[in-house]
Amino acid sequence: MYSSFPVLSLITFLPVIGMIIVLALPKTRGTLVKSITILITGLQVVLALIILGGYDYSLAGINDASSFQFIEKFRWINISGFSWIGQIKIDYFLGIDGLSVPMVLLTAIITFIAAISSWNIDKSVKGYFALFLLLDTGMMGVFVALDFFLFYIFWELMLLPMYFLIGIWGGPRKEYAAIKFFLYTLLGSVFILLVMIGLYFSTYETLADGTKVFTFNMLAMMDSANYTAGGILSPLNPSNLRFIAYIALFVGFAIKIPMFPFHTWLPDAHVEAPTAISVILAGVLLKMGTYGILRVSYPIFPEITRDLIWYIALFGMINIIYGALCAMAQKDFKKLIAYSSVSHMGFVMLGMASLNTLGISGAILQMFNHGTITAMLFLIVGVVYDRTHTRGIDDFGGLATQMPVYTGFTTVAFFAAIGLPGLSGFISEAFVFLGAFGSDLIRVITIISTLGILLGAGYMLWTLQRVFLGGLKEKWSGLKDLNFREYAMFIPLTVIIIFLGVYPSAMLDLMSSSVNAMVKFMNDAQIFYSSVGGF
Amino acid sequence: MTESTLIKLAIVILFLPLIGFIIAIFFGKKVKYTYVLEVLTVGAAFILSAFLAYEKLTNFVDREIISEFTWINIGSVSIQLGMLLDNISVIMIFTVTLVSLVVHVYSVAYMKGDKLYGRYFAYLGLFTFSMTGIVFTHNFLMMYIFWELVGLSSYLLIGFWFEKKSASDAGKKAFIVNRIGDIGMFLGILILFLTYNTFSFDTIFSQISGGVLPFGTETGLTIAGLLIFCGAIGKSAQFPLHVWLPDAMEGPTPVSALIHAATMVAAGVYLVARVFTMLTGDALLIIAIIGGLSAFIPATIALTQNDIKKVLAYSTISQLGYMIMSLGVGAYVFAFLHLITHAFFKACLFLGSGSVIQAMHHEQDITKMGGLRKKLPFTYVTFLVASLALSGIPLTSGFLSKDGILAGTTAFASLTGHWLLPVAGFSVALLTAFYMFRLIILTFHSAPADQHKYEHAHESPKLMVIPLIVLSALSLFIWFTPNPLNPDAGAFLSKWVKTPEISVPENARYDFMNSAVAGESSHHEIIYSEEYTEALHGAHVPAMIISLIMALSGIGLAFLFYQYKKVNVDKLAEKFKPLYKLSYNKWYFDEIYQASFVAGTIGLSRLLAWFDNKIIDGIVNGSATVTKWFSNFSGTFDNVIVDGIVNFVAYFSGILGLVFRKFQTGKVQTYIVFVIFSIVILLFLFKPF
Repeated sequence: MYSSFPVLSLITFLPVIGMIIVLALPKTRGTLVKSITILITGLQVVLALIILGGYDYSLAGINDASSFQFIEKFRWINISGFSWIGQIKIDYFLGIDGLSVPMVLLTAIITFIAAISSWNIDKSVKGYFALFLLLDTGMMGVFVALDFFLFYIFWELMLLPMYFLIGIWGGPRKEYAAIKFFLYTLLGSVFILLVMIGLYFSTYETLADGTKVFTFNMLAMMDSANYTAGGILSPLNPSNLRFIAYIALFVGFAIKIPMFPFHTWLPDAHVEAPTAISVILAGVLLKMGTYGILRVSYPIFPEITRDLIWYIALFGMINIIYGALCAMAQKDFKKLIAYSSVSHMGFVMLGMASLNTLGISGAILQMFNHGTITAMLFLIVGVVYDRTHTRGIDDFGGLATQMPVYTGFTTVAFFAAIGLPGLSGFISEAFVFLGAFGSDLIRVITIISTLGILLGAGYMLWTLQRVFLGGLKEKWSGLKDLNFREYAMFIPLTVIIIFLGVYPSAMLDLMSSSVNAMVKFMNDAQIFYSSVGGF
Repeated sequence: MTESTLIKLAIVILFLPLIGFIIAIFFGKKVKYTYVLEVLTVGAAFILSAFLAYEKLTNFVDREIISEFTWINIGSVSIQLGMLLDNISVIMIFTVTLVSLVVHVYSVAYMKGDKLYGRYFAYLGLFTFSMTGIVFTHNFLMMYIFWELVGLSSYLLIGFWFEKKSASDAGKKAFIVNRIGDIGMFLGILILFLTYNTFSFDTIFSQISGGVLPFGTETGLTIAGLLIFCGAIGKSAQFPLHVWLPDAMEGPTPVSALIHAATMVAAGVYLVARVFTMLTGDALLIIAIIGGLSAFIPATIALTQNDIKKVLAYSTISQLGYMIMSLGVGAYVFAFLHLITHAFFKACLFLGSGSVIQAMHHEQDITKMGGLRKKLPFTYVTFLVASLALSGIPLTSGFLSKDGILAGTTAFASLTGHWLLPVAGFSVALLTAFYMFRLIILTFHSAPADQHKYEHAHESPKLMVIPLIVLSALSLFIWFTPNPLNPDAGAFLSKWVKTPEISVPENARYDFMNSAVAGESSHHEIIYSEEYTEALHGAHVPAMIISLIMALSGIGLAFLFYQYKKVNVDKLAEKFKPLYKLSYNKWYFDEIYQASFVAGTIGLSRLLAWFDNKIIDGIVNGSATVTKWFSNFSGTFDNVIVDGIVNFVAYFSGILGLVFRKFQTGKVQTYIVFVIFSIVILLFLFKPF
């Protein structure tokens, strides 16, 4: 379905417009800069809701270009007669399906809330918000791009602002954390780039005049009919390198999730990053890893995905349990939440590995829910850090007496993270387990993974106790409860967490056609590829 | 009244307390009288429940009313939620709302002056909502949902006085220990869903009777049943997960009465009763053994405890063990009867202990009390009645149910040879009577240990005494049967509560449940063989006599030891020191768990955090260092060797120096360009396509 109005471009590039305005303003107008950023991100939420309103739930997308929605497609780069390469034709190709709509919504909401939470930034305000808005465009772009080249550009676009946002506005070890984040993610990008180029030279697209040109179109890469006979990553080539490419691509995405053992950049980045950036990092950026696997790795390499399912589930399990145990040992509140992200992203991987409707729905839902819940958890840390300038868990105690409303929101967020029924985290975890248990291959892994539910309750409640319960320490007797701005951050997230806990269909219906199509595609493709043989 | 009206009524009962909770949590601080609203909603829920139970038990007594709706539909899978009204659910809801109402009224006086008064009632409302959900559910997933919500409300109420570390510890412990059981239950649900593609009770049960089994084997069904039972082990504080319940006494006493004695802990028993039909013989036997152990071990611990609430807590575990054991041996109806009778008299005992504690200015140690019967006459009499019920003395409700359980266990043993179960059952009867009367004598009879506190003690206000009177009245036989010696004479057992048909394949049942043994009767009506019915009849009178002897000798011994002091208790404790210490230290369960599981997990977490920080991150940082070292090396190479060549061949050196210096910009972007560029070149050199 083509869109008459380029709403996806608008939602993606609106922040760039904001960035230009921000840069044009004089240095002294800090409040105006902040207001404009909040306005722009707020508009983005409105646009996301408009998209949601016009979204047709029955269309699937995934590998079928005609059932994507709000499509914008035109030739963007067109170089012909470039001697031995031939023609280079790159499309500007945007579109969304049930896989990306939840992520678009999530990005809009989380960015808006992060913008509100950035209000207390007072160091080079212009620079911060300009980079913030650029980052926003990069993230949104990743979720709407359907052309691999474009996808990659957005992927890289988000890297640089993030580097500076951590490196300039971060904590004491900000340079170390920023460069670590940057190099690690760049390493992942290089892998993705390699595979992208390999795929480009293995896939043809037929033009209107009948000539065949190489293409970056991801949907073309999902159809084995478009592959060249001898392409390095073509399934038709008996000596292809698809397996190695898959691993490289997977590692590229896995760094972002972050998957054990590539996760150690995350705690450092989180601890040093300012609150709003942690919120974005955990709320949106991590999802790009799992989104990339579902959007790119799965449908382009279905046969290898199926061969490696057990390992994906295994690493999911390691993330769940290892992350939870590491979280338990942390003394820094923020680091603990960072490790809890590692654990919770493990559920996404476990769900993806099920390759059935329940599991994949659970995985996508978990991506959304983890985004909102963890965003809230980082905001919670931020609130107390703003007031006390410490994050040591043992420095606190008894905050419930002093800050009852804050404690109330915290309790909701913590129990959502534990997977309490009635809150959103439960449904996604339950779906992940129901799906993963349904797959014979990974059943044992699933059973072991349920330990994560126990460990999660352990470290979360222990933290809740050490920070909020018990007697109030004398030095915190002057702390104030939440202010208006903080209410504005917590209330929307709490409403979403409770709403999706009681009525998960609101999100599940959105994705169900796409998930079903994806499961079917993965099964059919498997049959096809095994008939082609050769691997 | 039609069936759909009853369902609507049940939905109203379910959501009334939730509405109360929502109002109280948001306005509890601003509006002083939200507690009145909370009491009124529970009162309304009780009246509606009474009406619902009356309608159901008179007009629809043989009907199961089910109503379902689709909650989630994702194409290939749809998930229903639903309500089930059958006799046990309406009796249970009547009990829950009744005890809840009584406790609400009691709390109005008991909690007066607490700074979080409003929030206390809000939490009680949340609890009542969750518990109602468990009772009405017709669905394993929904059961699990409310199961966890009950866990949350229990957590909040145990840790209600969160400023005390012991209270917040206890809340955390309760939640986590329960989660262990819940994981088992969740895995059980996963197996059932995998096999039957639904969560609904009746669909699953009918498919089991149709011969569809998890993993195609009876063992699969046994495992599924036992995993579901794990949930009950946690929630009903059964061995080996019983350790949370005594600690849960840190919560306000009315909470202990409602949640940790009468209703929530009974949810585990209720769950087993719900799924009774799908439990194989093997599963039931293990359940019976767990129940027997849980009846016996805590009873031995209660003997030596001095905290009035701890004694009652261990007694609760022990009585729940009775119920579980009873279900395990197939004496379903008596287990359910005991669930109800126990709810009333145990709630009465806890509320009575609250009255004592308040009178003694928050003293809970019974060795520091004494003589209170003169000061607290109402509390004393009601406490005594409830204790007699707990000890199983005729004319009380407890006699009816306990006697039934012991008879059922004896009959079971006579058919299967598992004599240890009735032996445990009868010794628990002795122990129970002994520790309860030890408690009564030390608290109410013997000379005051603390004269000052005794002088100041006074009877509790009416709002607390009336609940005690109501509950102690409910501990009498008359509500259950007109004949104090025969529970079967009442409508409760003769009309309302019936053992459900067993759905499991015949060869997986207890032998005596096989229809083959039962002979001619039609398959559907057969639950037990005539053999079992005969054994039960045969066991009834002997069991009654033995249990009565046991109870009376327990009471007698308690009087001998503590009232008349014919035996020196301290000397006796000295003589059996190892046994005494074992009992006093609660069989060291907490210590063992602390040293193994808790310390093990924390140790492992520290080890992994170290590993993560030093090894994994060490590799990351190490590779960065190595890279730096390489770049230094190539820098040196550039300077020494390349420059050497430069000196040698001046012309080339200019170009080479230029090229190599470009590699050294230190700009990451440049490196990427180089990487990409070289890859592209390599690709074309090898022309792999």
